[in-house]
Amino acid sequence: MFDFLVSFIPRAVTQGIPLMYGSVGETITEKSGNLNLGTAGIMYVGGISGVIGAFLYENGAGKNGMNGFLAIFIPLICCLLGSLIMGLIYCFLTVSLRANQNVTGLALTTFGVGFGNFFGGSLIKLSGSDVPSIALSKTSAFFSMKLPFANKLGWFGKIFLSYSFLAYLAIAFALIAAITISKTRTGLNLRAIGESPATADAAGINVTRYKYFATCIGAMVSGLGGLYYVMDYACGIWSNDAFGDRGWLAIALVIFTIWRPGHSIWASILFGGLYILHIFIPTGTNLAIKEIYQMAPFVVTIIVLIFTSVRNKKENQPPASLGSSYFREDR
Amino acid sequence: MEERIPVLQLKNITKRFGEITANEDVSLDVYQGEILALLGENGSGKTTLMNMISGIYFPDEGEIIVRGQKVSITCPKDAYDLGVGMVHQHFKLVDVLTAAENIVLGLKEKGALDIKAASARIKEICDRYGFSVDPNQKIYNMSVSQKQTVEIVKVLYRGADILVLDEPTAVLTPQETEKLFNVMRNMKADGKSIIIITHKLHEVLEISDRVAILRKGKYICDVVTKDANTQELTDAMVGRSVALNIERPDPVDPSPKIVIEGLTVKSSDGVTKLKDVSFNINSGEILGIAGISGNGQKELLESIAGLQRVSKGSISYIDDDGKSISLIGMDPLEISNMGISLSFVPEDRLGMGLVGNMDLSQNMALRSFRNNKGIFVDKKSPHILAEHVVEELEVNTPGISTQVRKLSGGNVQKVLVGREIAASPKVLLTAYAVRGLDINSSYTIYDLLNKQKKKGVAVVYVGEDLDVLLELCDRILVLCGGQVSGIVDGRSTNKKEVGLMMTSLTGGDDNE
Repeated sequence: MFDFLVSFIPRAVTQGIPLMYGSVGETITEKSGNLNLGTAGIMYVGGISGVIGAFLYENGAGKNGMNGFLAIFIPLICCLLGSLIMGLIYCFLTVSLRANQNVTGLALTTFGVGFGNFFGGSLIKLSGSDVPSIALSKTSAFFSMKLPFANKLGWFGKIFLSYSFLAYLAIAFALIAAITISKTRTGLNLRAIGESPATADAAGINVTRYKYFATCIGAMVSGLGGLYYVMDYACGIWSNDAFGDRGWLAIALVIFTIWRPGHSIWASILFGGLYILHIFIPTGTNLAIKEIYQMAPFVVTIIVLIFTSVRNKKENQPPASLGSSYFREDR
Repeated sequence: MEERIPVLQLKNITKRFGEITANEDVSLDVYQGEILALLGENGSGKTTLMNMISGIYFPDEGEIIVRGQKVSITCPKDAYDLGVGMVHQHFKLVDVLTAAENIVLGLKEKGALDIKAASARIKEICDRYGFSVDPNQKIYNMSVSQKQTVEIVKVLYRGADILVLDEPTAVLTPQETEKLFNVMRNMKADGKSIIIITHKLHEVLEISDRVAILRKGKYICDVVTKDANTQELTDAMVGRSVALNIERPDPVDPSPKIVIEGLTVKSSDGVTKLKDVSFNINSGEILGIAGISGNGQKELLESIAGLQRVSKGSISYIDDDGKSISLIGMDPLEISNMGISLSFVPEDRLGMGLVGNMDLSQNMALRSFRNNKGIFVDKKSPHILAEHVVEELEVNTPGISTQVRKLSGGNVQKVLVGREIAASPKVLLTAYAVRGLDINSSYTIYDLLNKQKKKGVAVVYVGEDLDVLLELCDRILVLCGGQVSGIVDGRSTNKKEVGLMMTSLTGGDDNE
């Protein structure tokens, strides 16, 4: 049993990190009252943008050998830029033009996946590979660097120290987001906007600016989830549509954690665990049952929704203005 | 009297919303240390005007001058920086935050967020003007009066010395209103200027120093309160002479229409809302229901209309042939088809009965579309009805095809009441039919109810204003804590008697 946990937990964590990025980013966004269903697309774009950056740098630096700092820095910046642009598109449409948030979000997801697959396909062609995927193993090696002494610490090292810097960064982001939202003036203002933008506006808070900032920062955090997925989890191998439904899981996690980014840390790992549980089913079982295991995270989310709705506690509800755009002179 | 300098001047302000002109060429001065009452009918542009001072709207034309300086108030923050703060009619508070969090919201003070320090300052403000606020209480746990106090403290916390209160007393009990007025007098003594919007003329006369009157978006005149009287103010507001007494014709051949016996209603969380209530509703008379808000009035009307689950007791309808039909267990549609019309006017006027995004005639059609023949909706007759209601009740609207949510609150209410009356009901249930309505519209509604009564309709009028109940109703049922504390004759009773009955069952449980 113990051995099982030692091998299971690290896999659950690496599976959970992209979800953590996605859900923390989406929570920040939703706290401002923007329901960004484009998260799945944004994570996808974050991933492919990083891949494009890494591809260009690997090919460009081919002869001279790669600089470790640049190998990480370039994909990171590309990823942040790509997801930032997605966030800006979303904000421009929903905040400035007051388009419907659901439609915009779903359109962004469709767009993001198409964008990723288009450039993914192009890169695969360019690299002339035989399989329909592109391997950036050199860049990936830099991204998945681990603490050198982790292996020497036995099970403790395996469970707690065997991850790359992006994993710890995700946890840091979740904690920072949690503290900012609950303890600081900025967080108070942000919460007020998500609950009642008219109130926040009357209190002298610049609603538009907060919505833009929260959504764009949220998008960039989510985008990092895509980068982590490709560079670390998938060992630098990009193939179209491999990212799967992780974006939607991230949105489900926001509901599961009832809009508390701090809780996203354990919840993402739990979801990650549920997501890969099917790998650990005894051999010989009908493979069809695997699909049922993969449903687990969604079933858990529905159960949480039922509980929070029945208990109807005010603090556990979504931000009250979630999904609606704000216009000051609207009557 | 010495020459005073106005702290706030409005010059030739005009504001339009699409084709609606809300304010036209309004000029107004406010002086230091005075309470100015802003008076006008529903939709006369009072709130819009004040929203321009507080930065919610921006005027299309005209200028605003604060302490001699021409200013441009583009957002609420600008207003706060100039010391102007507004308490809106619909509170601008975040439900899930505490009082202190709401008060410091949006402030750019130096250093980290320190709720403790803020709480101390809040306490100081409260002590100075005589309020009480628990800084750590969540807004959703507060009563309306407490929320309003938080709003006022919020404005004072930001250092406002020009305060705008938009219909602050509309939701308060008489005792709470008195408390508010004391606070306002303290603030005035402290040198603050206060603009108060209210419909209640006796309050205007009681609290204000000066009254400014708006009519149809235009500035009419201002008078010093001590030289004014109710009749003069009403006439100036309406633009013609208005008779200020409520007619009370004798009941027309009263006979029981609805008989209620032993009615008991529990809310979904098990609290008893009505206990063993028995009475008759008679045709051709107006039955008033008095009681402090929340003592079972809503549940009572909803039970009759089939919207509440009844735990015990019976409600029977006596039809024209004298046959008794039990209403319990019938669905609301069947009940309304029998001619029992509920024009329940809740606190949120659009919450029940009207659809904000639909226009006037579509809202009329909500009642009648089921009677259409064929598959297409008849648009003509609702349109005619809408025109009729607009004309009859003097609804202030740019047209029949205007969305209801764009109308001001009072006009929305007129549309709702007008539609219900047009269905020619046998029993007409109204709750707070004149809440938020200006005096002229209120009288229009009283007239309408009297007309229904003369036609032999059984009218139930749930009201808050005892003076009106005593003048309008033939019988008054007094509710207290969900129980009937008595039924009195409207002609022979007096305010004191009814007032005592309203509180007698709860004993010491009434408002502080």
